[in-house]
Amino acid sequence: MTTRPVRFYQVGSFAVGNRLLEDGDRTVQSDLNRANSIDSGHRACQGCGEALGARYALDAAMRATNGQMVAVNATGCLEVFSTPYPETSWRIAWLHSLFGNAPAVATGVSAAMRVKGKPEVRVVAQAGDGGTVDIGFGCLSGMFERNDDVLFICYDNEGYMNTGVQRSAATPPAARTATTDAVGPEPGNAFGQGKDLPRLAMAHDIAYVATATVADLHDLEAKVERAMQFRGARYLHILVPCPLGWGSASDDTIHIARLAKETGLFPVFEAEYGKVTSVSHIRRRTPVEEYLSIQRRYAHLFGKKPRTEVIARIQAIADRNIERYGLITDETVGATREVTA
Amino acid sequence: MLRQIEGSRAVAETVALCRPEVVCAYPISPQTHIIEAVGVMVKSGELAPCEFINVESEFAAMSVAIGASAAGARAYTATSSQGLLFMMEAVYNAAGLGLPIVMTLANRAIGAPINIWNDHSDAMAVRDAGWIQLFAETNQEAADLHVQAFRLAEELSVPVMVCMDGFILTHAVEGVDMLDQSTVDAFLPPYEPRQVLDPDSPVSIGAMVGPEAFEEVRYLAHLRQLDALDRIPVIAAAFEEATGRRSGGLLSTYRTDDAETIVVALGSVLGTIKDAVDIRREAGERIGVVGITSFRPFPFQAVRDVLCGARQVVVIEKAFSIGFGGVLATDLSLALHGTDCTLRSVVAGLGGRSITRLALEDLFATAARGQLEALTFLDLDHGVVERERERMMATRRSGPSAENILRDLKAPRRVGAKEKS
Amino acid sequence: MFQVRIHGRGGQGVVTAAEMLSVAAFAEGRHAQAFPSFGSERTGAPVVSYCRIDDREIRTREPVMVPDCVIIQDVTLINQVDLFSGLAPDGYVLVNTSRSFDELGIGDLFNQFHHDHLLTCPATELALEHVGRPLPNAALLGGFAALTHQVTIGAIDTAIRERFLGVVGERNAAAAAEAYKIVMQEEETADAATN
Repeated sequence: MTTRPVRFYQVGSFAVGNRLLEDGDRTVQSDLNRANSIDSGHRACQGCGEALGARYALDAAMRATNGQMVAVNATGCLEVFSTPYPETSWRIAWLHSLFGNAPAVATGVSAAMRVKGKPEVRVVAQAGDGGTVDIGFGCLSGMFERNDDVLFICYDNEGYMNTGVQRSAATPPAARTATTDAVGPEPGNAFGQGKDLPRLAMAHDIAYVATATVADLHDLEAKVERAMQFRGARYLHILVPCPLGWGSASDDTIHIARLAKETGLFPVFEAEYGKVTSVSHIRRRTPVEEYLSIQRRYAHLFGKKPRTEVIARIQAIADRNIERYGLITDETVGATREVTA
Repeated sequence: MLRQIEGSRAVAETVALCRPEVVCAYPISPQTHIIEAVGVMVKSGELAPCEFINVESEFAAMSVAIGASAAGARAYTATSSQGLLFMMEAVYNAAGLGLPIVMTLANRAIGAPINIWNDHSDAMAVRDAGWIQLFAETNQEAADLHVQAFRLAEELSVPVMVCMDGFILTHAVEGVDMLDQSTVDAFLPPYEPRQVLDPDSPVSIGAMVGPEAFEEVRYLAHLRQLDALDRIPVIAAAFEEATGRRSGGLLSTYRTDDAETIVVALGSVLGTIKDAVDIRREAGERIGVVGITSFRPFPFQAVRDVLCGARQVVVIEKAFSIGFGGVLATDLSLALHGTDCTLRSVVAGLGGRSITRLALEDLFATAARGQLEALTFLDLDHGVVERERERMMATRRSGPSAENILRDLKAPRRVGAKEKS
Repeated sequence: MFQVRIHGRGGQGVVTAAEMLSVAAFAEGRHAQAFPSFGSERTGAPVVSYCRIDDREIRTREPVMVPDCVIIQDVTLINQVDLFSGLAPDGYVLVNTSRSFDELGIGDLFNQFHHDHLLTCPATELALEHVGRPLPNAALLGGFAALTHQVTIGAIDTAIRERFLGVVGERNAAAAAEAYKIVMQEEETADAATN
């Protein structure tokens, strides 16, 4: 009798996946003794990708450090929804200072731990994309360059959601935000702009750079764990869909995150010392329309007269990523389909 | 041990005696010699354990200090002028979080026009940030104030800024009686934080606070500054007991006992003022000096007590609020409210302009005749200002004023064109 | 109070000279204050530094307006900077040159001052000879000690060796000692001419 190995993506939910695994291979989230770094009761929106990402990442980091960890938080949604005075969702040592300085504050914490003879206490700094690619970038680049012992996590929801959905340098082309409205001859955010932070991080030759999404919990946790095996500056960029800012259904968060990866719009990879060491291949080749059409921020592309030329430009971005990172293999379903450029 | 030493060096070595654990530095004139010297001491191992971090901006410098202090380390940095303004957001944040960071401010003017020389515009720009601001008159006092600053900051969980005049003090080589390690160790206990990032006892620091509690949090900060008014003299007294030297305190007085006129100032200009006052005293004038050491918290009662007997108070300050007038003078006018004392505000020494003894003697003579105006700009070249105003009236595109004025000053002087007030 | 103003160019050790002079005076138990003209001058630009020496605490922070002595490290400044501003008729001038005042074109000025207060010292040559680099500051301090008697050559020697350790200190101190001798000799000659 021939057998076929069961693949987790074929069986659906994480719970099922965990049940089929040995104890040691199960996710941190499935562990009853997980840290619950960010506890329930916070004020995030339904379906918040950032709350999910922070929970996965920090619990994994807590396990990797045996609980010897301090988190530094930039101003932003995560900070605001987690600490409505006098309540806090944080069960870990947590410091919020300002919007643009989380990397530097983390440097200070890390230096203090060294000088205090507690090098086992590790530091994770976290920010949204605004606090990472825009206002925090100077401090982030400085922290990378000095190779300070900090894991910096960017929860990328592609805009300033805390302040009401404005454009950041991580907002993708054509996306509608409050400051790139879907009006005028070229609605939404402009093409040819924006910062690719993972690649900028790699250019600093730091020990570890990785991207992940909230759609693949095993992958995300593994990357946090891998990151904590290094000393020095490390960077983890997690795509976290924002139902509010993206105009998506709150139960679609994980689905959308998965589509971002499957279309090639968000390449998922790991790099060590400036070199890509692994990529998460696309399982089923997916046109960008599938990803775009379920988000209201792209609704202007799918009106009575679809903006096919704009969609094609977005597809070209996905195709460039596919080529750059080699996201398609022989196992990719639909791999042979002509790439539309 | 008494040594002939540069002010910056004296401060750096004294800061090192305070055993800072994290020092972050971004270079800006005239603060550079301080952080360079501390950096060398860390690099050589003379100052250990200590982490010296070369950051990418002043904003990062204060941010690193915030992280370090919140994690329980004694944190120090130094800056000047634009650097202080660049870290402004973090300056407020450090105070708001109640982190006892000590920072040297090598006072320098703020541009534009860019100017590296001394005045007090930088310190005044952050007077409301919640930091204790102490002003040093000499390099001896600058060095001593740092030791007191760490103790004060840590006792109260309030950050302290030691202000010393850029170049005038930082780059001056003069005699400073340097403390030794055992004296400083006995005076300054190890840092015991009120709040600390500890994985074994986790707390959230820096939570969002809404209207229901923000005013109370702020008022608490105010109360701690008021506590500092009590603690500063106590710490200065303890310092005197430990070292035999009077340094710090809320304010200093010089020949004020029978003074009809009292001159008030901050920082190193007090020395030149005292020389001028001695000369006016020889001429029979009853004049004295008060130096404000603690500018924030402002010692209203102590100031009032020492000034209320005078007929006239002349405030000389190296900064002013544009469109308003003297900053220190404003505080003093509140302190003197209800007394018969007349307040005269003098703005002097902006952007490094020399405040000379002769100019001060003239000023005091004018004051003695009762002819000093409410607001005077010492040694201001009114002619050059008027000529620029004329140019601005004459044509819309008159160009950049600073450059016009420089060109005017270099031009051959027209007879009678320059009128000094 | 004795006030000194030192003129030179960026890179010639003008600020260091004032600082070493203050250290020398300090070594003899006097109060001293040295400070630069607080510029952002680059190498080669005119630079001024100051030193005050007194038997009591020096409180003033104004620049030296009425110097008792002017030290000129670089004669090329003569037509660029008002080197003698505020100098009293009985003030001292020490010029780093191997030429005469007439050759420098300041013969007229020479006549305004006490002749034994206005002396030259070939400090650059001495520095090249002893130190191997054209840094005249240490040698000029030796000359200053001989000219003004405000500090002893011994104190200058101490200050130089405190600033420059080891062989560099030794060589600079040797340059200063020789400058001291040269200026003492000049002074005797000038005295003889005056008498």
